[in-house]
Amino acid sequence: MLNVGKIEEGYVLDHIKAGKSLTIYHLLKLDKTDAQVAIIKNARSSKMGKKDILKVECPVGSINLDVLAFLDRNITVNVIQDGEIMHKEDLILPKEVRNVIKCKNPRCITSIEQGLEHIFMLSDEEKGIYRCKYCEGKYTGY
Amino acid sequence: MRHLINPLDFSTEELDKLFDLASDIEKHPEAYEHKCTGKKIATCFYEPSTRTRLSFETAMLNLGGSVIGFSDASASSAAKGESVADTIRVISCFADICAMRHPKEGAATVASTHSTIPVINAGDGGHQHPTQTLTDLLTIRALKGRLGNFTIGLCGDLKFGRTVHSLINALSRYEGIRFVFISPEELRIPDYIVDMLKEKNIPFEEVIRLEEAIGDLDLLYMTRVQRERFFNEEDYVRLKDFYILDKAKMELAREDMLVLHPLPRVNEISVEVDDDPRAVYFKQVQYGVYVRMALILTLLGLA
Repeated sequence: MLNVGKIEEGYVLDHIKAGKSLTIYHLLKLDKTDAQVAIIKNARSSKMGKKDILKVECPVGSINLDVLAFLDRNITVNVIQDGEIMHKEDLILPKEVRNVIKCKNPRCITSIEQGLEHIFMLSDEEKGIYRCKYCEGKYTGY
Repeated sequence: MRHLINPLDFSTEELDKLFDLASDIEKHPEAYEHKCTGKKIATCFYEPSTRTRLSFETAMLNLGGSVIGFSDASASSAAKGESVADTIRVISCFADICAMRHPKEGAATVASTHSTIPVINAGDGGHQHPTQTLTDLLTIRALKGRLGNFTIGLCGDLKFGRTVHSLINALSRYEGIRFVFISPEELRIPDYIVDMLKEKNIPFEEVIRLEEAIGDLDLLYMTRVQRERFFNEEDYVRLKDFYILDKAKMELAREDMLVLHPLPRVNEISVEVDDDPRAVYFKQVQYGVYVRMALILTLLGLA
């Protein structure tokens, strides 16, 4: 069993799909901060078989949780303060997501237009479906 | 400022007003001859399209306005790598309204966010072609006398045909419409449209052969079945005749059924049908000019 020390303030992002933690790390732009991050891959999980976990030592409020809801609503977000889990944050789907992921449709104007923001809009709240603002192509996963 | 990017951008009430205006233009064209004197439309066509571009240009000329533009990306600064956003900023300084066709999906949306003049989407790749949908709706309203309470058959390539998808979405906002989808298995209507119809409790059925359905229809919307859409030549040869409308099939249809087609027609409607009074696809082109005239007036605030 691998042991990773506990954090004083920040987030533990649990139940990340196995193998996806590095993608989440980049999409949350954690590579651009000087936060201490532990990336745990393929941890055993009774619920998922295998899962990834991210532990991020950072001020609470400094991570864009909207992005997480958009990427995967099943991720559990534990908010840590003074070394303890304060609460689990409910993820709410944002109405709009800007410049997190790129539209993959090669026929979309975003594939050629310079300086254009990549924007996905929530089109079906119940099913959590996002569509590209320009071509209306469905977001099919990161 | 109003633009037209998606066929659903206008509410059904707004469409009613637009179609009333188009009908008035049809009846009294002389009253509109000078409505756009001094106004210019820019037709920015990054890919060739004879009918749509000429229809827009005719519409503006009929209103007394003038036309500038390009009909091929190679003849524009797009060939030098200029973005759509920059092009529309420049065009905004020259013209009062712009009709844009572009091979990339969402190009007109980009243009509308940077434009200081109304933008009309004249087709953005396989995505939307709203003025074709408005043309189809006006043709149905003018010739059937109503938008609603009819059975419409859509025949041919229902999988890739954007005009078909837009028309279904637009008609699904009216009461009493029943759809009959007539296509080979390979070119069936996409699931997301089937789901939308089920959700709204709109009746529809899917059939393989045109003969099975034609007798029940008030309207038949034909589209082309292209050879390259089939997985193998054998299937194409076996099925293609099911989707060719000829005199024999027209005999099975009601006397007041109308045949529409977005054109260009290749061989899916036999030329022998052209003289049948129920064949209205060339009248449809004329309604396309009226609806574009009404749209230009509406977006310029001159209606």
